[in-house]
Amino acid sequence: MSELGLGDIAGSAGDRGAERRAQPSHRKLLKSKGSRREDRAAYAFLLPWFIGMAVFTLGPILASLYLSFTDYTLLSPPEWVGLDNFQRMLDDTRLHKSLVVTFEYVFVSVPLQLSLALALAMLLNRGVRGLAFYRSVYYLPSLLAGSVSIAILWRQIFGGDGLVNQLLDVVGIEGTSWIANPDTALGTLVVLNAWTFGAPMVIFLAGLRQIPASYYEAASVDGAGPVSRFFRITLPLLTPIIFFNVVLQMIDAFQNFTQAFVVSGGKGGPVDSTLVYTLYLYDRGFGSFEMGYASALAWVLLVIIAVLTGVNFLFAKKWVFYGD
Amino acid sequence: MATDTMLPAGPALDTPAERPPGAGSGGRSRRLGKHALLIVLGLAMLYPLLWMVSSSFKPTETIFRDPSIWPRQVDFDNYTEGWTALAHPFHFYLWNSAVVAFFSVVGNLLSCSLAAYAFARLRFRGRAIFFAMMLSTLMLPIHVLIVPRYVLFSELGWINTTLPLIVPKFFATDAFFIFLMVQFIRGLPRELDEAARMDGCGHFRIYWRIVMPLSLPALATSALFTFIWTWNDFFSQLIFLTDPNTYTAPVALNSFLDGQGESAWGQLFAMSVVALAPIFGFFLAGQRYLTQGIATTGLK
Repeated sequence: MSELGLGDIAGSAGDRGAERRAQPSHRKLLKSKGSRREDRAAYAFLLPWFIGMAVFTLGPILASLYLSFTDYTLLSPPEWVGLDNFQRMLDDTRLHKSLVVTFEYVFVSVPLQLSLALALAMLLNRGVRGLAFYRSVYYLPSLLAGSVSIAILWRQIFGGDGLVNQLLDVVGIEGTSWIANPDTALGTLVVLNAWTFGAPMVIFLAGLRQIPASYYEAASVDGAGPVSRFFRITLPLLTPIIFFNVVLQMIDAFQNFTQAFVVSGGKGGPVDSTLVYTLYLYDRGFGSFEMGYASALAWVLLVIIAVLTGVNFLFAKKWVFYGD
Repeated sequence: MATDTMLPAGPALDTPAERPPGAGSGGRSRRLGKHALLIVLGLAMLYPLLWMVSSSFKPTETIFRDPSIWPRQVDFDNYTEGWTALAHPFHFYLWNSAVVAFFSVVGNLLSCSLAAYAFARLRFRGRAIFFAMMLSTLMLPIHVLIVPRYVLFSELGWINTTLPLIVPKFFATDAFFIFLMVQFIRGLPRELDEAARMDGCGHFRIYWRIVMPLSLPALATSALFTFIWTWNDFFSQLIFLTDPNTYTAPVALNSFLDGQGESAWGQLFAMSVVALAPIFGFFLAGQRYLTQGIATTGLK
């Protein structure tokens, strides 16, 4: 199962720990010129990464931590304001709305997308003729969906006289503008995310392929039907892949920006119903240049994602099955 | 590590799985039913795309009345008018996007493969810690870094240039590709390196002459994804390119939508189709690498 590279993220934290523990003794034994030369070579290979890490990743993370305690508009130097930005968040009703919208989006669209992905992977797994073709067709939207072009298309499709309503009209139903209605606007983005089930589906397919056919044979001999085979064999053995997909797609969904931005014309409307977190962050930072507040928002996002991922890993112990 | 044996052998993904016993028991009609379901679903998935392409050939008024994907007449006006509807002709924006994408690909391939070689093949002090650091940045959203990066780049005078979009790629900031290449290189036989070492080859030569040529599939996957991501990227381009004279295709499309509003859907669709075309082309050309790539690391 962990032949998929994702074992490294999902499963083998223990492996890495073991490796680290093993290293000192290994070092002592081999503390020759050769190993020091290997150190030097490695650091040379890693030089671009070291610089990038310092200048473009760690530096900015620390800088944004500092800025989150300041008032900063780019025009004058940052001014220390202590916890003001975080205090402000407590009373910021738009932020609260934005959090609700984001969580709603993540917790509805990810399960929907992953259920579709798993269902289709199951359908395609059973030696279907033309598998490669179907897989490509279902996968294509995942590549395109992040683009402005598709967001523009979505805005038309779910508009007042868009494609959806034209098709509904054919069967005699009169639709409203799904984009302009605050009750349905976020739903159009959920549908857009569900449309990208192809990427996790390909991951599921790769995972299903790792389950030995002999397990199914044995189960059949014991008289297990397709339903019990699914729940007793497929699902348990697939849990590491499900877990990986959940973590990945959740983090991904938290970062949805383009679609919400374009579909709502950059405003997160109607009445903030599509104001996802990153859109609000953009609005504070680059709409009104409140860089201090935007930095504080960025840090809160980092904490939210870290906590959710941590919770995922914590719960993983309860339901993810690693076989060995 | 269990992950050492991932996927270099591509065909695994393309050969149909062994049939679990009982799968064929439903017989012919069940199989046909399944194909019917798969085809209907596939059509439903592609319908919006096909309809957009078809609508780009329709006059704008009919876009709002005609849900069919066969245009009644084919008309290139949307393309010719849309091409020149903005301050610059559309190929100006496409060129800017292409420049960003090209240098991003070059940067990612060079810097990420260097780092990946070190992680996959060399034993050095701090390896475990650095590797863990690299993995933890896999999940780091760009939104967390964007404000300080913006401040940094505006201090450097790089706003409204392509530098903020390109330069970080030369410093291995896309950890996904390091991860992907590490996984791949670990799967390559070490005997070749060792033989080369016996012959007195240094690490750089082993990297350049042996490991890189063998890693072509992983490099192709990384190149394709880098291209698609930078071509589609909107967030950072919107932030770093505020002068219409520096717009890339996605930012230009967005300003087209803002400016013309909904009165020019035909032209908007036409230019959207043009902007999607390169991705579609690379998808057709490199499907194998794409599906392998996401099966390895969950890239989208």
